[in-house]
Amino acid sequence: MEKSKLFTLNEDRSLYPEHDENGKPIVDLSSHKFLKIWQGPQHPGVTGNMSLELTVSGDEIVESKTHVGYLHRGFEKLMERRKYIQCFPTCIRMCVAEPDPNEYVLSNAIEELSGIEVPEMAKWLRTLVLEMARLQVLLRGVPGQAGTFALGLGYQWGNYLRDLILDSFEELTGGRVYHMYILPGGVRGLLPDGFKKRMEDKLKLIDEFMIKIDKLIFQNVVFESRARGLGYIPKEWVDVYGVYGPAARAAGVMRDVRKTNPYLKYSELDFEPYTTTDSDVFARTEVRYNDLKMTVDLIRQIMAKMPEKGDIKAETPNVMHWKIPKGETYSKCESSRGEYGMYMVSDGSDKPRRVNLKGPSYTHANALLDRLLINANIADTAAIMVSLATCPPEIER
Amino acid sequence: MDIKKLLTPLTAWGNITKDPVTIKDPLNERPGADRYRGFHRNDVEVCIGCGTCEEICENEAIDMVAIAETKDGDSGLRPMIDYGRCCWCALCVDVCTTNSLSMSNEYTWVTTDPEDFRFVPGVDKKDWDKGDKGWKKPENYEFYSIKRVHMEELSPEERNGSFIEMMKGYSKEQAEKEADRCVECGICTATCPAHMGIPEYIKAIRNDDLEEGLRILYDTNPLPEICGRICTHKCESVCSMGHKGDPISIRWLKRYIADQNPSEKYKKILEVENLQPKDKKVAIIGSGPSGLSAAHYLALMGYQVKIFEKLEKAGGMMRYGIPEYRLPYDQIDKDINYILSLGVEIEYNVNIGTDISLEQLGKDYDAVFSGTGLQLGRSTGIEGSDNEHVYYSTDLLRKIAQGEEIEVAESIVVIGGGNVAMDITRSLARLQKEKYGKIQIITTSLEKEENMPADREEVVEAREEGCVINPGWAPKSIEIKDGIPTGLHVVKCNSLFDGEGRFNPQCDLDVKEFWPGTMIVQSIGQGMDISYITEEMREKLEFGPRGRVQTDEYFQTSLKWLFMGGDIIQGPDVIHGIANGHMAAVGIDRMLNPEK
Repeated sequence: MEKSKLFTLNEDRSLYPEHDENGKPIVDLSSHKFLKIWQGPQHPGVTGNMSLELTVSGDEIVESKTHVGYLHRGFEKLMERRKYIQCFPTCIRMCVAEPDPNEYVLSNAIEELSGIEVPEMAKWLRTLVLEMARLQVLLRGVPGQAGTFALGLGYQWGNYLRDLILDSFEELTGGRVYHMYILPGGVRGLLPDGFKKRMEDKLKLIDEFMIKIDKLIFQNVVFESRARGLGYIPKEWVDVYGVYGPAARAAGVMRDVRKTNPYLKYSELDFEPYTTTDSDVFARTEVRYNDLKMTVDLIRQIMAKMPEKGDIKAETPNVMHWKIPKGETYSKCESSRGEYGMYMVSDGSDKPRRVNLKGPSYTHANALLDRLLINANIADTAAIMVSLATCPPEIER
Repeated sequence: MDIKKLLTPLTAWGNITKDPVTIKDPLNERPGADRYRGFHRNDVEVCIGCGTCEEICENEAIDMVAIAETKDGDSGLRPMIDYGRCCWCALCVDVCTTNSLSMSNEYTWVTTDPEDFRFVPGVDKKDWDKGDKGWKKPENYEFYSIKRVHMEELSPEERNGSFIEMMKGYSKEQAEKEADRCVECGICTATCPAHMGIPEYIKAIRNDDLEEGLRILYDTNPLPEICGRICTHKCESVCSMGHKGDPISIRWLKRYIADQNPSEKYKKILEVENLQPKDKKVAIIGSGPSGLSAAHYLALMGYQVKIFEKLEKAGGMMRYGIPEYRLPYDQIDKDINYILSLGVEIEYNVNIGTDISLEQLGKDYDAVFSGTGLQLGRSTGIEGSDNEHVYYSTDLLRKIAQGEEIEVAESIVVIGGGNVAMDITRSLARLQKEKYGKIQIITTSLEKEENMPADREEVVEAREEGCVINPGWAPKSIEIKDGIPTGLHVVKCNSLFDGEGRFNPQCDLDVKEFWPGTMIVQSIGQGMDISYITEEMREKLEFGPRGRVQTDEYFQTSLKWLFMGGDIIQGPDVIHGIANGHMAAVGIDRMLNPEK
């Protein structure tokens, strides 16, 4: 006896829209074959507000359009009205989850334009803080990928460990989330006594966590079956769509500023970013899992190699009326999401003429996501979005 | 389906027997880290209300509010923080010029009134005021340079035996670097007797707009070359930068602006080429700082101004009381010639009181300003001080300036610890070196080293040049042999003032010394000579303490046509004189132009 099917899969592909000569689907809503639904602006898995306008047929997405504008605070414009030193507490808000690359690219741009050489000790501390920032993001980001498939357990573990790293940030910088530590000319403090020991204890916990996460997520048939083949980014798209960081490395393209354009102390550290070629959600999660492992290793290397004492700040002009020589520069670093850069133009006054932040989310969450979501299942939207490490505040500066 | 991958995730159940990692009562069990950027603290006794915290705050979360009494070096304002705006960046702490501002490691605060979240740390008492944990400015970390840019000077060997100016002046780079240190708090402006726009002209240096700088200087001070060299710089003593490091070299920066602007361009830069003349006449007695200042501002207003000077050159004590190595004569001339170029007349070698009476001036002119200064030396009154080889520093300095020959002795003792005492000591040392090839001069003061009224650098430089400065001794008597002094007897001076703050030196008569010297110079202050004021006029004038004529805020005496200012009213220093002269010019204009 044939069992009655609860759900039937309609094999009639004529339900799906035809495409015009530009490749855009021809969607006639009045035909009742399609439905428009909005995902967002609040939804799980994204730090910040962003909305996806999905056109679906059944549970399959036929068209997606990213809408931003829910948290536009005009930081780039605000900075044009602020002294350079005042930009420093402003810029961090451009990516809340990982504020330190903001601090670094801003400070580095100012230093480059005014020809200031940062002391060695400060360079080591900056490298350490940038890796700690990556660590705290990935501790949540890697298990968070499974969270998009409703496996929230790893996320809870990761969040606990992230809190321990935030404790370290608090010890070192005085702040848990907004660290405001890397400032033009150097950094704001040496390591507190016993910092390295406490950090090492936390890294050991993270080592154990990595094994548990591997079992929970990568040795998980549900995760594997849902993530494999999902959100595939062909290698050719990497340049066309501006794909950076882990997403590019999952597609077999080596993109890591730490390796391709070493800054701070990265040239003195021994590491090899992980690459693979599957280029789906599973591969991207795998790359970020390996990034997390590498970050733990890098923090150990940095703590072993960095000097105990030294100058933390170069002598700078008086910050109250610090005029930066006329010029422009692009300063970049590798954030957990990929290349993170700031273009700064100075007209020779004490305020920047233009600041433009370029983070990977801008291309990832707009053009690329629109393209990737076509033919995806509604239930997989969050997984694809999170695998691209979308950070909406970074899109709306 | 891979059965292994179906079962492996279930190993997570192993956690079920483990203790939870969460903290049950985080508010009580978990204080903020030692560096935590929590609620603000402010040591209001150390805070000077410079407002730099308010200036750097990008969120405009800080307002300076009046709390303490305004006094020199303290605006009386204190920061009020609005926690509705604060982003806890702690830039205010890092930039604080006195290190009074810090943050606690407290981060929880519950109150029902939103207004509570605007408070003045240190004034509005809070629980976290006492602790010492929380964010403080890190060591070896500054937002500005706290070290002064050194001005090059002649070496002691080069200085000896020469009256060439010892300070070489700032180069462009040096001046701009020094100007960069200013935080524009304006505490200097409040303290300067002339209220010069100091942050503004320092800003002009930073912008390399020295013409604008000169205009700002002349707004309040028509003697910038002079003040740029010898001002008593009260501004620097209160400079907010001086709390953590060296105060800004405000005086040298003023000199830099004046030095860099050539005198022939002054009239064009200062836009005084088309002054509108008035038909009223003002007479000025004495061409010292107050007289010149009054003349300058009156001339700008269009009055016909005439100065009556007793000596053969203008400048008063600036020329005849300050040695050339500190203030070269050509620089005095630069300032004075500009003032004269505005149409100010000057008559030399006229003694008011003998050549022309003051009453006559009052009749001939619409108003008279008198700034005759303190030119008389004061005697110690000790035994032997009436000997002809016992001199007053004022007389000697004047003679040196006039180029007169002085009988410089091989060994000299100077009594006095102020700047004038240092001036005469160093001048005589130069003459000794010239005449005898060596220096043998001892200078003493009642005050101990740390309380000497002279500028510190004067004492240091005098010693570098080979003079002996021996503070903390009281002159007892001058030993005279055959009508010539042989030296000074001194006893140890332990304290100067009694418990009530009255001048009452206490000496230890058992600790005594004898310093040989065939020339003794007294430099313990100056007195005024206002003998030109007749008895008849004295009855109409009001006199205050120390025989000073009483004036109103515009330095107008009770004789309406007579204004008096400078050292005889307030002083003694150049900048007070300049301020008095300026104010008197305003007062004269108010009197002569009442409808304005």
